[in-house]
Amino acid sequence: MRAVQRVGERLEQAARLGAGGRRAEGRGRPRSSAPLAGLLAPPLAWLLVVYVGSLALLVVSAFFSLDDFTGKVTTNLTLGNLDEAFTEPDYWSLVARSVGVAAAVTAICLALALPSAFYISKVARRGAKRGLVVAMILPLWTGYLVKAFGLRAIFDPGSGPGTGGLLSSGVGWSPGFGYASVVATLAYLWFPYMLLSVYTGFERLPDSLLDASSDLGAGSVRTFRSVVVPVLVPSIAAGSIFTFSLSLGDYITVKIVGGTAQMIGNIIERALLAPNQPLAAAFTLWPIGLMVAYLWTMGRLGAFENL
Amino acid sequence: MRLSSRARTSLRLATFGTIGLLYLPLALVFVLSFNSAASLAWPPRGFTTHWWSTFLDVESARAALLSSARIAGVAMLLAVVLGTMLSFALQSRDFFGKSTVSLLAVLPIALPGIVTGVALRNTFVRFGWDLGFLSVVAGHATFCIVVAHNNVVARLRRISPNLREASADLGATPRQTFLLVTWPLIRSAVLAGAILAFALSFDEVVVTTFTAGAGISTLPQWILNNFSRPNVLPYVTVVASLMLVVSLPIAWLAQRLSEGGND
Repeated sequence: MRAVQRVGERLEQAARLGAGGRRAEGRGRPRSSAPLAGLLAPPLAWLLVVYVGSLALLVVSAFFSLDDFTGKVTTNLTLGNLDEAFTEPDYWSLVARSVGVAAAVTAICLALALPSAFYISKVARRGAKRGLVVAMILPLWTGYLVKAFGLRAIFDPGSGPGTGGLLSSGVGWSPGFGYASVVATLAYLWFPYMLLSVYTGFERLPDSLLDASSDLGAGSVRTFRSVVVPVLVPSIAAGSIFTFSLSLGDYITVKIVGGTAQMIGNIIERALLAPNQPLAAAFTLWPIGLMVAYLWTMGRLGAFENL
Repeated sequence: MRLSSRARTSLRLATFGTIGLLYLPLALVFVLSFNSAASLAWPPRGFTTHWWSTFLDVESARAALLSSARIAGVAMLLAVVLGTMLSFALQSRDFFGKSTVSLLAVLPIALPGIVTGVALRNTFVRFGWDLGFLSVVAGHATFCIVVAHNNVVARLRRISPNLREASADLGATPRQTFLLVTWPLIRSAVLAGAILAFALSFDEVVVTTFTAGAGISTLPQWILNNFSRPNVLPYVTVVASLMLVVSLPIAWLAQRLSEGGND
């Protein structure tokens, strides 16, 4: 909730700073650096050693090979895993589909978040605001599987009359298990992240700007395009980092509501269980590379807003 | 904000419609946990509390509940200590690389869980550490740090530095200032961060899947392994509902606590 909102803000800040929009925020109060070092060292060491260290080792292990005899990982270097992961046309189309799913999820989350966030921030009574935000965010903490499972109960096409889920029995139609259900489920799962980011953006947009825009004769579409969107871009970028990234790497929702659908996460898992750890590591370079590119682009968007 | 009453009404409808959609699947799982038929089919065949009253007899579910709670407890402690230290370090003053450090703390929840999971598993296996309780705790603590950190750092930012300076001027040692001034002010934020870290760990699936060895099964793991087994399915809806009724009020409480320092 609040925490996630702050994460969003932090990401925006970091994106802006990373893209060269550095602003001096020095407090100018000299202090000794000894307590700082003592406080910083343990968490930083943890993040660097456990997390960054593991990521680095993962990238390196993509070059390791399997012993033909024992099937164990050896440190004999090879380009074979990368070759398989990056030149097979099948994997390219799988990655393209995963990116498509992540993009569709992000677009749906945004389309749903804009009107609600606008209503809560600018229209709803002051007293109702907090309750509405909490209502939107609370599901974030109720567990991934509980929600994915709930959507399975909605989308289940059933295997005959009376065996379908809520949609096919109640409405008479269901998209069944496949990419459509995967997109809907992921959008449902990550929507609160987008809502919070966009809501934070609206809170930063003074009401007077909207009024001024309409006083100057702009219609609601023009106001939205020329006033609201420019202010919201960094917030949307921040929210989209969660919706895009978490969807891109997902493989469990695919298992629960995807039927025969496959995403990058599924082939990573399959390679790992094979067990072929180096090949799995080579596959993870896909999401890692895509996310680095995505973060970089979002950083640029935040930077544009600062100009 | 000037809006036509029609625009107002449609925005309100969109907002409440969205909230309705958010809670529909949760309500559905809860309702289905009382379904007398062992299926997800709609409508439920009849009402029974049989699954709720017998789910603790399911040995594997009970063990999963216990190990989930133990893992979340230890991961929470680690994350709160490290996250709070990080907050104090990042709040105290500017230093080179400060923004990089805060980005670093966010990365574990911003990158896909499968990347984190596979990376950690690879490291643990390579260094010959057993996959089990400790490796899962280490994985969870890594992405829980940010939740604890965010709550505490936000509170610290709202506390006027004058308070600490006044305390020092009145002759308090840094230790006394911390215990008598700073700690009481941040206590509720630390608690909120702890609760959310616990919830995040309790719900985590992906990192757990990759860092847990054969011997450990958490509650989400148990759900994942059993949802396609017809005879266990009703217990899956019970476990899911249980997670729901426990986590909703707890998350709400954390929300209240983390806003406590607003006034």
